[in-house]
Amino acid sequence: MFLIVVLWGVLSALTVFPSSLFPSPLDVVRGFLEEIQSGRLLDDIIASLFRVCTGFAIAAGAGVPLGLVLGHRARFRQALLPLVNFFRSLSPLAWIPFAILWFGIGDLPAIFLIFMASFFPIVLATTAAVASIPTIYFRVAEDYGLGGSQLLREVTLPAILPQVITALRVTAGLAWVVVVAAEMIAGRDGLGFAIWDARNGLRMDLLVVGMIVIGAIGVVVDRLLVRLMLLPSVRWGYER
Amino acid sequence: MNVSREDLTEPLRLASVSRSFDSLEVLRDMSLEVRRGEFVAIVGPSGCGKTTLLNLLSGFDRPTSGTVTRTGSTRMVYQQDGLFPWLTVRENIEMGLRHVQDNAERMRQLAEMFDLINLHGFAEHYPHQLSGGMRQRVELARALAGETDIMLLDEPFSALDYLTRLRMREELARLLETRPRTVVLVTHDIEEAAQLADRIIVLTERPACIRMELRLTVPRPRSPVQAEVVDAVQRILAELGLENETDDRLVRANIN
Repeated sequence: MFLIVVLWGVLSALTVFPSSLFPSPLDVVRGFLEEIQSGRLLDDIIASLFRVCTGFAIAAGAGVPLGLVLGHRARFRQALLPLVNFFRSLSPLAWIPFAILWFGIGDLPAIFLIFMASFFPIVLATTAAVASIPTIYFRVAEDYGLGGSQLLREVTLPAILPQVITALRVTAGLAWVVVVAAEMIAGRDGLGFAIWDARNGLRMDLLVVGMIVIGAIGVVVDRLLVRLMLLPSVRWGYER
Repeated sequence: MNVSREDLTEPLRLASVSRSFDSLEVLRDMSLEVRRGEFVAIVGPSGCGKTTLLNLLSGFDRPTSGTVTRTGSTRMVYQQDGLFPWLTVRENIEMGLRHVQDNAERMRQLAEMFDLINLHGFAEHYPHQLSGGMRQRVELARALAGETDIMLLDEPFSALDYLTRLRMREELARLLETRPRTVVLVTHDIEEAAQLADRIIVLTERPACIRMELRLTVPRPRSPVQAEVVDAVQRILAELGLENETDDRLVRANIN
């Protein structure tokens, strides 16, 4: 990390690229302080996080239950899985034109795009997790009188949880990538918009500030989700 | 009327049961009745259909022809990996005590089970943190905890070392003394069958049918070197055509 900053400083001092297109580390620190003082940076962070959290929560809230149904019911699985696979393979960015036409500019198109990016992978991962639960668990559950909602709460959900957590972690990363693209085109605030705005204003220092903040938040969110994998009741899914 | 009375006295009954998987005939015309409280051991060569027989008895599998009748609650103890990995050892065993309403009674029975399997320090461990033998002991404790009418054991001691195996047999015998249950034990271990069972059923090669039935009336627990146990082992080995082999072969047949 330190080496990269040094290399960056050397490159900008040598003016390999014109300084207007290649800001120095010092420029970026100044830009960072400027953005914090104006309060814009914090607003952008809040706007982006709000969109990701909302879109992702809706995708998980709808995707996990649908995955449970598809995992348990072979008939539904055969009917719907090709469709789910199709939409999963479709880049969520392809929805940008429709997102703007349907939802205008602001929170809604970004939330829609994040939903489209996260929903299908979550459905697929949950379906696969349910379908791969060893039947022995259900036989044991029957022996010990677990049925109905108890079976769901005490067997199915804990059995798929490790795989679902992994899927949520991967998908959250995807959602964070998508929000930047969505805001660049269909936003008037947010970190993606901040980058686009900096580019239009030829403020390369602010552009780099935006990039660093996006990357850093992505890492922090991932670290937080990794903590879920340390819960005692899911550790079995990651160890052998 | 008559039928239901008989069902009550015989918790498990197979009537000319056959089971085939596609063209593979696993069981052929097998009839077997297990009385209430009886301990039946089923021994036979590897792959002869012992587990299929257990699956039919538990109701997990259905016969191709014939009927299976089962009266009472049933629990099966699997060779391994039947524990819920997301629950601790204590929580897994408590599965078997779900219906025990009284808290103090549940704690007492839980402690009794931990005494049985001798895993006191491991209550809050998860199954993946235990060895295969320890997991088998936890499975056994879960099935023995609380009330159940019928227990189906699929080689429950196979992953244990010999000394632990001997101890578990003794404990199982003691526990059945205080809480009688109908037990069907599938095992490779002829000595184990002779130490525990009221009746030993020797199966033939696939398609399996009953080759020999042996009754033991000496009370449990029985020592592995007790005359009746040794005699039963010898008779089964003779039936399997191993009686003239050297001691070395006898030992190996036992381990198999």
